[in-house]
Amino acid sequence: MTRTVYLKEILEDEKMIKRRIVQNNFSGVLITFISSLVVVPLVLILFYLLVNGISSINLDFIMNLPKPVGESGGGIFNAIAGSLIIVAVALVLSVPLAVLGGIYLSEYPDSKTAELVRFSNDILQGTPSIVIGIFAWVLVVVPMGHFSAFSGSVALGVMVIPLVLKATEETLKRIPSELREAAAAMGVPYHRVILKVVVPTGLKGIVNGILLGATRISGETAPLLFTAFGSPFMNVNAGKPMSSLPLVIYNYATSPYDEWHKMAWGASLLLIIAVFGINMLARIFVSKKGGR
Amino acid sequence: MNKDIFMEKGFKVILKSAGIVILMIPALLLVTLVVQSAPAVKAYGAGFIFRQTWDPVREIYGALPFLAGTLVTSFLALLIAFPFSFAVALILSEYMKEGVIATILKSAVELLAGIPSVIYGFWGLLVLVPLIRKLELAAGIPPYGVSILSASLILAIMIIPYASTMAREVMSMISGDIKEAAYSLGGTHWEVLRKVVIPTSYSGIFAGVLLALGRALGETMAVTMVIGNTNKLFTNIFEPGNTMASVIANEFTEAVSDLYLSSLIELGLLLFIVTAIINFIGRLIIKRFEIKGAGK
Repeated sequence: MTRTVYLKEILEDEKMIKRRIVQNNFSGVLITFISSLVVVPLVLILFYLLVNGISSINLDFIMNLPKPVGESGGGIFNAIAGSLIIVAVALVLSVPLAVLGGIYLSEYPDSKTAELVRFSNDILQGTPSIVIGIFAWVLVVVPMGHFSAFSGSVALGVMVIPLVLKATEETLKRIPSELREAAAAMGVPYHRVILKVVVPTGLKGIVNGILLGATRISGETAPLLFTAFGSPFMNVNAGKPMSSLPLVIYNYATSPYDEWHKMAWGASLLLIIAVFGINMLARIFVSKKGGR
Repeated sequence: MNKDIFMEKGFKVILKSAGIVILMIPALLLVTLVVQSAPAVKAYGAGFIFRQTWDPVREIYGALPFLAGTLVTSFLALLIAFPFSFAVALILSEYMKEGVIATILKSAVELLAGIPSVIYGFWGLLVLVPLIRKLELAAGIPPYGVSILSASLILAIMIIPYASTMAREVMSMISGDIKEAAYSLGGTHWEVLRKVVIPTSYSGIFAGVLLALGRALGETMAVTMVIGNTNKLFTNIFEPGNTMASVIANEFTEAVSDLYLSSLIELGLLLFIVTAIINFIGRLIIKRFEIKGAGK
């Protein structure tokens, strides 16, 4: 009698173990399957960009100015130049401030001010780009009385501060304190320790952060809608409205003309090549020669 | 020597003032928005949030359709994105930390995060929207194509990287000891995940969801391009609508009257406050998790 009970229990146990193994395998397969689906939209987006974009990209597209509706051809040279100018000015405005702020956070990390700076920086990072656009509009466009590339740069500059600041802080924080102590032990004042030891050691990480920040803002559209505004003409004057790649993509994409859609595909492909290209460069740059 | 001390102090002052300037930016941003939206706040008070009509011609501004649009698209996007983000986080932190598949998945997530939102919008408008229109025709629903649903789908793709990265980081922070303890009791991989890893990382997963929500609430371009931009309150997710961000993007340059402009800026203010609170809570949770993780 007891024997059969034992047998039953053993059988039950085995059944349960089998069930658990099946459950384990099934969940593994399911999780792998679901996560692999994430690749699908990426592949689709890149596929459409390549197929539709490649035919519109040629030298004329890159070197010419846009033509009016109805006329075929025309390029987006003004937008490419505009993007470069707006992003460059944005970086010039924000990078020094953000790097100094990042050094402050890593070298004087525990003060009350540092805590508050970190908090504000996080808030700024989470602020929707369109809100920052409004900010730049009030700050620059309203006093100037008209849209300008400069106001767009201010908006993008505000957006890139949190990224560069965080990259700087994280990089410098990871530099071993022995390095600082060794320099300090030789009687070097702290500001020279920072300038001659800490910053040069972390330079790679900082530059990497700036590059990544640049790719982030070069794809931004929303804060430029009512700051840089866009322009069909060639313009290098930052005090006037200026076009940019994301802006032309938006304008062409939402137009009803097939011809313009083609231009938008081309511009999108260019933008994504630029964004991914700089991203990759930054990565290679860091991985070369033992990045910390 | 005195010169050195002076320089050192001076340098610290420079660093600190850079910090203080950065500290002032969000404060200044808030003040700017409050001041600029004051006329609308004065004119409508709390009714602004609850009124259904947004009619620039008659100068009646109510934000309800946009509040609803923002909330519905964001939460729907979270709902769609969550299983995928969660699965990706599990794969990358527990199943395959290295290897070809992990590398592909990791790069895919990073690339998704790197695609500019205007390109998501453009792709959505020319590829996804026609597809949805076809499906709607087949199902016998009015074939708008551009709709709350389309916006949510695009948003879902866009926020997967944010939710999954945070969850992954938190899961890989869990110390091996407690996992090994569970294995030594005879747990299968799945049981260890379900009973140890996932419960331990609840707060981190939640923080990731909050950060992704913050992104979704403020996302502008992609949503603007596929949501249809109507200021009427939608009755189901297959109808077009508008979000706070998309209505600002659409109407800001056309706003001629002061009250119109001020109402749009009030939408921006609401958006800023909501995203700030959500991000604040999210980061608070992460910070507590990091301290706890480091203490182990």
